[in-house]
Amino acid sequence: MDRSISGTGGGRKARPTAHELARYEALFATRTRGMKSSAMREMMALTEQPDVISLAGGLPDTSTFAPELYAKLMSQVAASSTARALQYGPTEGMAATVDCIVEVMAAEATQVDPGEVLVTTGGQQVIDLVCKTLIDPGDVIVAEAPTYPGAVPTFSAYQAEVEQIEMDGDGMPIDELERTLDRLQTQGRRPKFIYTIPNFQNPGGVTMSLARRRRLVEVARERELLILEDNPYGLLRYEGEPLPTLHSLDAQGGGAADLVIYLGTFSKILSPGLRLGWAVAPRPVLEKLNLGKQGSDLCSSPVTQLFVAEYFKERDGSGQARWLGYLEQLKDLYRRRRDVMLEALEEHFGEHARWTHPQGGLFVWATLDERIDTTDLLAQARKNEGVAFVPGRAAYMDGRQGSSSMRMNFAGVPDDDIREGIRRIGKVVREQLGLYGTLSGSSTARPDATQQPADVADAVEPTPPLADVVAFPRRDQDGSARRRQDR
Amino acid sequence: MSAARKVAVLKGGRSLERNVSLRSGAHAEDALARLGHEAIGLDVGPDLVEQLRAMSPDAALIALHGPDGEGGTVQSLLAAIGVPYTGSGPAACICCTDKALAKHLMASAGIPTPDFHSLQESAIKELGAGEALACIEQALDFPLVVKPASQGSALGVKFAQDSDGLPGALVGAFSYGRKVVIERYVRGRDLAVSVLDGPSGPAPLPVVEAVPREEEFYDYESRYEIGMTTFVCPAELPHETTTRAQELALAVYELLGCHGVARVDLMLDEQSGELWVLETNVVPGMTETSLLPQAADAAGIGFDELIARVLQSAFTR
Repeated sequence: MDRSISGTGGGRKARPTAHELARYEALFATRTRGMKSSAMREMMALTEQPDVISLAGGLPDTSTFAPELYAKLMSQVAASSTARALQYGPTEGMAATVDCIVEVMAAEATQVDPGEVLVTTGGQQVIDLVCKTLIDPGDVIVAEAPTYPGAVPTFSAYQAEVEQIEMDGDGMPIDELERTLDRLQTQGRRPKFIYTIPNFQNPGGVTMSLARRRRLVEVARERELLILEDNPYGLLRYEGEPLPTLHSLDAQGGGAADLVIYLGTFSKILSPGLRLGWAVAPRPVLEKLNLGKQGSDLCSSPVTQLFVAEYFKERDGSGQARWLGYLEQLKDLYRRRRDVMLEALEEHFGEHARWTHPQGGLFVWATLDERIDTTDLLAQARKNEGVAFVPGRAAYMDGRQGSSSMRMNFAGVPDDDIREGIRRIGKVVREQLGLYGTLSGSSTARPDATQQPADVADAVEPTPPLADVVAFPRRDQDGSARRRQDR
Repeated sequence: MSAARKVAVLKGGRSLERNVSLRSGAHAEDALARLGHEAIGLDVGPDLVEQLRAMSPDAALIALHGPDGEGGTVQSLLAAIGVPYTGSGPAACICCTDKALAKHLMASAGIPTPDFHSLQESAIKELGAGEALACIEQALDFPLVVKPASQGSALGVKFAQDSDGLPGALVGAFSYGRKVVIERYVRGRDLAVSVLDGPSGPAPLPVVEAVPREEEFYDYESRYEIGMTTFVCPAELPHETTTRAQELALAVYELLGCHGVARVDLMLDEQSGELWVLETNVVPGMTETSLLPQAADAAGIGFDELIARVLQSAFTR
């Protein structure tokens, strides 16, 4: 937001004087008050330095895409469609690209009609357009806790009130959701949609169980609410059986899905640099999203849309679609890296933390001893050890909760860096706990084995492990005083 | 107007205040260009000396926040390679950046600063200083503020409401530096007085009051972002309070040996009406919401004139 009047470039002239700048404050829309660049984000900007091992990014590994193939596809686009590639395209997206999207959705066992698809500029635009279309200031969005850190500023910008529901190993507990919806109703507050990442949730790493998926769609139907199903990682499953999308469950019983807005993206199965995602939505909603998109950017880039269309035509020697082969390659790579990270966590975090065992996706979510604030931990880890991660607070709307948790990316980081990065973080954690122990006179090695990782009360199916390690040190008295310390 | 000069604007770096510094630097560069100087922004990194040699500027304007820019490191380096620079010299920088040292100096000179103790991480690890915490608690009384001794921003500043909260606050503050200050919390109004050198010597600018919108304590993010904090300048204070705040700021500026420009932060105790000096910042922010440009503006000194005066400080040492 501040780029329009400041930014970091040195080339612009005629910058306003201090007096003029002060006047801007009165001109900013009220909603910009919720758009803040947090200290944590400032700190994270520093994690992009070359000598820092960063587990903070949300990155896939694009170095695995063959440069020769990239060159060939771009040449094909040039040969067949230069004029179209350089021209504006339709707001809803190019037909050839929409066909690719239908193909990806079919790979997720979800049948969609090309007419229900809107091509967007990354999945992030879907979140923005859905808010733009549905949210009046004060409307409520129900989201998971923790939630996708990138959705937090979007929700804030539209002045949504966000109710977050703490997940367990099966994702969002639906009975808890219902209690929240009941409470909202008695308060006269109006929920508009439920935002969920059912597969390998970012940042939590957990997957919503089939029973909960079914129940979630039922609840949405009973209460006439929309669901925004954010599914960037569904195809990046490294173990276990795929579960049906909420969209496909919504469409069961005949007819089109009419409660679920589905968000998909090419970012994780192909490239985030293409900036191509999509929404699949009930037609009346889709029309509004389309109008919203016209106001935002008219259309997504035809250059990259045509690139995708060319890519999806590619076949390997056995006639299989090449994108599926590449997907397998990515899965093998990411599975290995996930295992490297889990192993390193076992070795270096050991008794000081618990963490998720994601069946897919890009992230592990670790929760440390509650005495550790991961924002402070990041400051020390970055400075003294040259390693970075996302502090848990980023995944909570109030920027306060999640203070002992952290998100770590394994997919975009080489094996050795994962091992070394985790080793360094583990070292800082031990230092901090040691210091705490010295200051408070308590031993750091006082495990409380009775501590359960999460509430699993309403799980219908057996709960997959949210955490491999449940014993971590904890002072035996009430921790609320400590938690209050910096509020 | 003085002759056109080639000015290196030092900004960025690797401190936690990098982004603030980049914005301060960009503002300064634009002002220098409007003043007819040749301004060259330098994002400070390992090639700093090499870059400065190649550029051979007439002066360096330091818009670098954090330990490197404010702690005397860059100042010593510039002196060594013979580049005149803006603002305070190494000694004043070292005094101001070490909040414990600055508070000792102020206390000795009779300038009111909240009671405090400073604590080194090594003292806890090697000298068993943790055992002395109870004495410190007793001497200072809660609530306490714990802050890294050398961190320029509010990042890492923690509150401890009671004994249970103190170890966590200390561990948090130690994440940002090896030395922390434990200070008695003064509840009241948050004031800042900048001191700017001019034709007739250093003079205090009007008092700015920072009024947080929501938080009990205005934090790092709200300090620098539009909309999170309301700034009132000149602060609405009784005349004698304003005068006293300005006198204190000037006294601190001189006590610590500041040069060119500095910002002194104070608290006005809501109970007793007393003023307490917290700390001094030798490289005040120059962003759109920074306190120094606002104070200068209230004194009728526009941003360009402010930068001209800051630049002049490089040649009057």
